[in-house]
Amino acid sequence: MAGGFVYTAVESTAMSTAEYYGNTLAELGREHPEIVALTADLAGSTKIGVFQKEFPDRFINVGIAEQNMFGVAAGMARAGCVPFLSTFSVFASLRCADQLHTDICYQNVNAKIIATHAGTSFGQAGSTHHAIVDLAVARSMPNLVVICPADGVETANAVRAAYKHQGPVYIRINRGFDRVLYGDPNYDYGFEIGKTVELHEGTDITVIATGSCAFQALQAANFLESADGLKVRVLNMHTIKPIDKDAILKAIGDTRRIITVEDHSIIGGLGSAVAEVMAEAGKGCGFKMLGHNDKFAPIGLHEDIMSIIGIDSNGIIAAVREVMNKDFELDDDWDDEV
Amino acid sequence: MSLTKQEWLALEKKAHELRNLCLDTTYWAGSGHIGGGMSSMDILTILYHKYLNIKKDDPNWPDRDRFILSKGHAGIAYAPVLCDFGYNDMEQLKTFNLTNSKMGIHLDSNKVVGVDASTGSLGHGLPIAAGTALAARVLGKKYITYCLTGDGELDEGSNWEAAMTINHFNLNNLITFVDRNHLMIDGGTEDVMKLEPLADKFTAFGFTVKQVDGHNIKELCDAVDFALSYDKPVLILADTKKGAGIKMMEGNYKWHYGAIDENLYNQCKADLEEYYQKRVERVEREAK
Repeated sequence: MAGGFVYTAVESTAMSTAEYYGNTLAELGREHPEIVALTADLAGSTKIGVFQKEFPDRFINVGIAEQNMFGVAAGMARAGCVPFLSTFSVFASLRCADQLHTDICYQNVNAKIIATHAGTSFGQAGSTHHAIVDLAVARSMPNLVVICPADGVETANAVRAAYKHQGPVYIRINRGFDRVLYGDPNYDYGFEIGKTVELHEGTDITVIATGSCAFQALQAANFLESADGLKVRVLNMHTIKPIDKDAILKAIGDTRRIITVEDHSIIGGLGSAVAEVMAEAGKGCGFKMLGHNDKFAPIGLHEDIMSIIGIDSNGIIAAVREVMNKDFELDDDWDDEV
Repeated sequence: MSLTKQEWLALEKKAHELRNLCLDTTYWAGSGHIGGGMSSMDILTILYHKYLNIKKDDPNWPDRDRFILSKGHAGIAYAPVLCDFGYNDMEQLKTFNLTNSKMGIHLDSNKVVGVDASTGSLGHGLPIAAGTALAARVLGKKYITYCLTGDGELDEGSNWEAAMTINHFNLNNLITFVDRNHLMIDGGTEDVMKLEPLADKFTAFGFTVKQVDGHNIKELCDAVDFALSYDKPVLILADTKKGAGIKMMEGNYKWHYGAIDENLYNQCKADLEEYYQKRVERVEREAK
């Protein structure tokens, strides 16, 4: 039985994740005239209207033509612009995967892909608009940095860091109205590409979460501490590539149990990335991956889908209890010290 | 500005040299996309030896004109052009396609000096060229972007997405060539997937289309001169022959990609010489 959380209404007056992106982009645009914004008929949905209004000559809407947009961006980048491309994650990673691969990544151009409506955050739209394989696609592309921010404030940090990074960056953000992890927009928690943020200290088990699951993991850890007396380490792994190997190896050594949580397929995303590091380390470790289990998600509200898939706090609580009750270390057939 | 006879003859000579260099490179590599390379060579020649505002000693000059070879498999023709121009060592052509060579079938913009875009996946060049032209607008630069597409690759929908963009933003700082050699890997373009009426299609997409003989340097130059002075995007539909200059290759779709041994090489050399002589005779007849 999972612990008892009931969802409260989301703070609707707060800025959505995409709005943080739009505002940050406009802010960067004021400082850097070489920044251009591109979209494929999704200026409104991806919240880059602020930039459009302020810099109409540096805003390019290519219509509903994502492949073209990625090629156009590559051409602009090689000529000296810094393009920020915005469309839905499912299209950014799949519709124009060839252009992402060849025009952007192979050429290693300085373009930033802001892929919105990630995971199942556009839940009611169904699987045509869910992006549950984009991390797997993006992560496998050489030269591409892949970031999955936890909320609006982290999105702002990620967008600024992406500008500073020379080379292509893929940032997947949600449709908006994520549960707020970092409430204060001015809170400096030392965001750095490739560096995990510890949200909760713990020595019994580590939950590594990304995107909107980071908030859920923190909620679960707080609950498990008071209800079960468990010390759950929660890591917000906002960067999927380059993966923070040190944080994973430390978690293996310190807690010997790891759970990954992501609004993405368990094939090829955060869970796979963590598993790869773990397998190479050669250290036995209790492990469970939470995410979409090789199935398309149902239609519904994002938080409902997260609950059904088991990537909300209740799902994480249940998974922690399951892994904590596994006596993997005492298995007589298994010598886990390599 | 009309092409003088002297200029025309000089370009013919250069095109002849480059056709030979393309053949040599194919021979050194053992095989290559020589058919589509030869059909593009006159276009490449006039660009690199008449039109492109580029600097031999500064290949990354930010104000340089750009050239995007959308039919990336014509690298076997493009690499010789870039080496002959002085951007890359001629000796590199002898390593074409060899393991760890900087040059392979599709040229890498991060390895081969002078290549403005890594192409090879078809239907990518025109969007990249549109972006390059848009960047000139944003950055306040005067450079011209040239793009050369194949005809078979026009089956790719991304070309038509880019065509809409070029029209929508009136990218008159972009000049597009189509190497209309009528052939693709599996056969004739009209047999595999009908392209005609191709000029009408581009016209409908907002281009001003100039149809020329793609192996007539004068006609090609007149079309570029027109495009440079015109205030709307121009597409030069260049009617060409796959394998132009080599008899057994001309118009033979099987020479999209082929291997060349010594016997064949010598025969091709003789053909190219004969072809050149005929072209010089034409200049003598037609030039003013």
